[in-house]
Amino acid sequence: MWNALKTMWTIFLHMFHRPVTVQYPDEKPYIPPRWRGRIILSRDPDGEERCVACYLCAAACPVDCIALQATEDEHGRRYPEFFRINFSRCIFCGYCEEACPTDAIQLTSDFEMGEYDRKNLVYEKEDLLIDGPGKYPDYNFYRVAGLAITGEGGKNKGEAENEAPPVDLHHLLP
Amino acid sequence: MTTIHIDSRPYIAQDGDNLLQQCLSLGFNLPYFCWHPALGSVGACRQCAIKQFKNEDDQRGKIVMACMTPVTDGARISIDDPEAREFRASVVEWLMVNHPHDCPVCDEGGECHLQDMTVMTGHAYRRYRGRKRTFHNQNLGPLVNHEMNRCIQCYRCTRFYRDYAGGRDLDALALRNQVYFGRHEDGILESEFSGNLVEVCPTGVFTDKTLKQHYTRKWDLQTAPSVCVHCGLGCNTIPGERYGTLRRIRNRFNGAVNGYFLCDRGRYGYEFVNNKHRIRQPLLRKARGAALQSAIKHDALQHIAALLSNGNRVIGIGSPRASVESNFALRTLVGPERFYAGVSEQDNRLLASILDILRQGPARSPSLHEVELADAVLVLGEDVCNTAPLLALALRQSVRTQPQKIAEKMHIPHWNDNAVREAVQQERGPLFIATVAGTKLDDVATRTFRAAPGDLARLGFAVAHALDSSAPPVQDMPDALQELAVTIAEALKTAERPMIISGMGCGDRAVIEAAANVAWSLSNTGHPVELCFTVPECNSLGAAMTGGVSFESAFETVVSGAACNDNTADAAAEASTDVTADFSVDTIIILENDLYQRADAAVVDRFLAAAKHVVVIDHMDNATCARADVVLPAGTFAEADGTLVNNEGRAQRFFQVFVPEGDIQESWRWAQDIMTITGSCKGQPWMNLDQITASCAAAIPLLQPILHAAPPADFRVGGQKIPRQPHRYSGRTAMRADISVHEPKPPEDPDAPLSFSMEGYLGHPPSALIPRFWAPGWNSGQAVNKFQDEVGLPLAGGDPGVRLIEPVPARKAEYFSNVPTAFTRHADEWLVVPLHHVFGSDELSVLAPAIAELAARPYLALNPADAAELGLAAGNESRLQLLRATDGTGYSLPVQLKPELQRGVAGLPAGLPGLAGIILPAWGKVTRLEIGMKQGAPP
Repeated sequence: MWNALKTMWTIFLHMFHRPVTVQYPDEKPYIPPRWRGRIILSRDPDGEERCVACYLCAAACPVDCIALQATEDEHGRRYPEFFRINFSRCIFCGYCEEACPTDAIQLTSDFEMGEYDRKNLVYEKEDLLIDGPGKYPDYNFYRVAGLAITGEGGKNKGEAENEAPPVDLHHLLP
Repeated sequence: MTTIHIDSRPYIAQDGDNLLQQCLSLGFNLPYFCWHPALGSVGACRQCAIKQFKNEDDQRGKIVMACMTPVTDGARISIDDPEAREFRASVVEWLMVNHPHDCPVCDEGGECHLQDMTVMTGHAYRRYRGRKRTFHNQNLGPLVNHEMNRCIQCYRCTRFYRDYAGGRDLDALALRNQVYFGRHEDGILESEFSGNLVEVCPTGVFTDKTLKQHYTRKWDLQTAPSVCVHCGLGCNTIPGERYGTLRRIRNRFNGAVNGYFLCDRGRYGYEFVNNKHRIRQPLLRKARGAALQSAIKHDALQHIAALLSNGNRVIGIGSPRASVESNFALRTLVGPERFYAGVSEQDNRLLASILDILRQGPARSPSLHEVELADAVLVLGEDVCNTAPLLALALRQSVRTQPQKIAEKMHIPHWNDNAVREAVQQERGPLFIATVAGTKLDDVATRTFRAAPGDLARLGFAVAHALDSSAPPVQDMPDALQELAVTIAEALKTAERPMIISGMGCGDRAVIEAAANVAWSLSNTGHPVELCFTVPECNSLGAAMTGGVSFESAFETVVSGAACNDNTADAAAEASTDVTADFSVDTIIILENDLYQRADAAVVDRFLAAAKHVVVIDHMDNATCARADVVLPAGTFAEADGTLVNNEGRAQRFFQVFVPEGDIQESWRWAQDIMTITGSCKGQPWMNLDQITASCAAAIPLLQPILHAAPPADFRVGGQKIPRQPHRYSGRTAMRADISVHEPKPPEDPDAPLSFSMEGYLGHPPSALIPRFWAPGWNSGQAVNKFQDEVGLPLAGGDPGVRLIEPVPARKAEYFSNVPTAFTRHADEWLVVPLHHVFGSDELSVLAPAIAELAARPYLALNPADAAELGLAAGNESRLQLLRATDGTGYSLPVQLKPELQRGVAGLPAGLPGLAGIILPAWGKVTRLEIGMKQGAPP
C-alpha cells in the first residue's frame, strides 16, 4: 500500500520535470570527437591512399570482419587491391585503428549506418576511402619509410626523413 | 651428457655442443642472429650474450657469447643476469639503429626473426634520433627480392650462399659499417639454392619475389604438411594458401630428408597450381570432332559409365607424378593386368632395375642427411645439380666430412664454423664425378671424368673390379682410365662411409648396374657402403612398386590390337607402324600423365587415334587432354591427399592444403566415383584416404608400411583435429562477404586429421602433421627449434616418413656382367644424350612464370672439335635428326659448345617445352642449317 502510493507520488513529480527524449533525427545528439563509428580509409597529405595493405588491422580485428589483398603499383607503392569490411559483423572496438601503422584506417563519429539488408553493410574500398587525411593531417608513411618509390612525387633511397644518402660501394675511404 | 647450471638450476646437456644450442634445446628463449643450426657459429652478432661463472663462489662472472662457448662439465651460466640482459638489449638497439621504418610494407613482417628477437630482448622504443644509413637495392632476378636497408650484417646470407651452397656471385662488399650483401652488379643469382636466402636471412633483406605478387602474411596462410613434387627426392614443404590460390612454399624441416633447405625449383615451382590452364570442371566431347565442353560432374561420370558398359574393354595408364593411392585406384578400376605404368619402356626398365638392386642387394639407400655424412663419394652418370638439386647440396657438405678430422685433431668443435674452415683450408674429402657433361659440383670434386654413358658404366665396372677381383673385368681400358678407377677404388676402400650415387639421368641401364657393382664389390669385400639412386619424378619409385608395364606396351596393345593381357616386357617393342582395324581396347583411362611429354608425338597421336575413347584425369590442360573425350579435373599436391615414395624408398604423406573451387578432387576419388557409377566396385567403396591406403597396402605387400607414413584420419589430440589455419587467421567473416554475408560452415576433411579451420589443437602435433612452425615468441621459421628435442637434430617424435626398402644384410650379391663396349664415334652420327636443367626439365615447375623465366632455352651441345668439323660455331643454327624417327621430324637448334663432351656425343636439354617426349640417349644426325644462320658464322 505504502509502496504503491510512493510510486504514484514519484510519477506525479515527473510531470514537472523536463522531458529527456531527444527528437532524433530532427535533433542531433552530441557525438564526442573520439567516438568509434563508421570506419573509413584516409589519404595522405599528397592525396595518395594511406593504406599500405600490411594486414595488421585484419589481424587485430576480434571478429575478423576485415579482409584485404595487398598489391603493388608500378612505382613500388603497396596498396590494397581490395579492402572489405563487413559492418554487419563489426563491433566498432577500434582495434584496427590502434593497429594501423600508417593512420590509414580511422573510426569516425558517424553511426547512422542502418540498413534493411545485411549485405548492404559490406563496404568495399571505394565505400571506405575518403578524400582527406582524416584525424591525422600530417602523417605520410612513405616520407618516413626507407622504401624507394619511383614516379612523380616519389623518393629515392636516402630521401626519407632522417636518412643519410645511400652508401657508395666503390668508395673505400673512411 | 653432462650437467650445467643455468641460473643456479642444474640441467643435463650434450657435451661438446655450444651453450646457445643447448640453451635453446632446453627450451630457453635466448636471442641470436648469426648462428644457424646448419651453418654453425661465428659469433658475429654478439646477441646471444650470457654470463659465465668460474665456480659456485664466483659472483661477478664474465659475459661470453653462448654460441662460441662449448658446454663443459659443471659449467655455471646465467641467462637472466641483469648485466647480460642489458648487454643483449644494447646489442639489439645498435642493430636496430639503421633499421628502416618499413615493417608494414616488409614481406618478412609477421615472421621476422629480427622482430621476434627485438621483442624478446625488450627493445620497444627507439632512442636513436640520428640519420639512418641507406643502400641502393639490386635486382637479383625473378626469385629473390633485395631490400638492403633492412640488413643487420649478420653474414648469414653469404655464409649460406658461399660456404654452404657453393655459390660465387653473392658476397659481402664495402667495409666498416657500410658492409653490403649483394652481387658485383645487378643480375640473376646463379645458385639454384638462392631461395633459401629468404629463410636464412633473419630479416627482410631477401624476400620471396613470387610471394610479393600475391602477398599474404604468414598468419593468414592456410597451410598443411606437404611434399615437393618437382623431383624424386621428396623434400618436405609447407605450401600456403589464401583466397583459393597457392601463395608460396616454405621449407618443412625433416632431419632425414631436406633439413633446413629447399632448391629453387621446389620453392618456386608451386605456381603451376594457380595456372590459368588448370582444369576446374569436367570436360566432355559429345561426338568425335566436336569441341570439349565443360559438363557437370554427374554427366561426365554417366558418360564414362556409358563408355565402359559397351564392350567394357578398358586399359589404364598410371603416372609417376600421381600419388601411390591414385595409381592404385586406377589399377583397381581397370584390373592389374590392364594397368600400365605411365613411363616409357626405357624408364620402366631402369626403375625396375633400381628397385631390384635396392631390394635384393646388400647396399642401403641413404637419406639425404646420410649423404651429408658420407666421406667418399662416387657419382656415376648423374648430373645431380640438375636432376636432384638438394642431393648436390648434401654432397657439398659430404666433402667436408673427412677434413673434419683435421679440426678434431686440433680440438676445434665441429660447430665453430670459421675455425674449422681455417683449420681445414682447401682440404676436401674424396668426391669423384663421372658424368656426360660438366656439373656445378665440379669445383669441389677430387677428380672428374667426362664420357658417353657407356664409358661411364665401364669406369664403374672397372672400379668394381679394382675393389674385388671377382667382379667382371673391363676389357681394353686405357691406362689413364684404369689409373682413375684404381684411385677411386682406393678412396672408397679407405673411407668409413663410402657412397655411390647414380640414377636415371643418362638413361643407361649399364650405368645403374655399374654403380650397383661398385657398391656390391665394396660390400662383398667387407666394407660398409650406401647406394643412392636418383629418380626423375616425385613418385617414380612408388608407381614402379604399383606395377604395370610401360605405356609402349599399351600402345602396342591398342594400335596393333594384340591381346590385352599379353603384357610381358618383351611385347613392348617400339609402338610400330601399321594401324589395324581390330581394336581390342575401347577406352583408355590416363591418370595425371601427359603422354606427349614421354613419347614421340607421332606415336602418341596414333595411339590416341586408335583408341575409341580416351578418358583423362589430370589437373593441367595439356596435349593429352586435348585429345580426350572426357577430362576429369584432378587435384594437384595442394588440393589432394596421398602418399609419395621418394628415391630413398621413403613413403611420405602429403596433405590437402585447401579446398579448391569447382569439381576438382583427388584422382583416386574419380576412380572410385567411376567404379561406383558403373557398379564395378568390388567390396566397400573407399570413403577416405585411409581406406584406399589400407587396401593398397593389403594388395601390394611392398607398400604395406605406407599405412604408417602419417597418423590416420581419425587421429585426434585431446579429441581435436589439428588446424590448418593459424590462430591469428584473419578475415573469416569478410573474405566471402561480397558473395554472401552468410558464412558457410568450414569444409569437412574426411581424409586427414587436419581441419580447414583455426580451431583445434594448438600444441605440437606428431611430426608428420606439423602444418607450420610457430611457437609463442617465435613467429619466424626459426620456431622449428621448438619442435626438435635437440636443436638441429630430428623433429620430436622422429622425422616423418617410413622407409619401404631395407637392404638384405650380409648377402653376397651377384655381379652384373654385361659390361658395355667402349664408345666409338660413328661417322656423321652423334649419340644424343639428355642434359638436365634444374629450371626447365621438370614438366610442372616450368609452368610457374618465375621458373619459366629462368628455364633453359632449347640448344644442341657439341664438342667444339665436332662443331668445327660440321662448320658450326656457338650460336649457329643446327638441325638434329634422330635416326629412330621414321617420319623425318627434326629439330632446329642453336649450337652450344661444351668442351667437356666426348667427341661423337651431342647433348640435348631434357624435357624442355618443345623438346619433350624425346627418349634419349639416341643416335642422330647433325647438320648445319643454312637458313636463318646468324651473324658471326664460322669461316
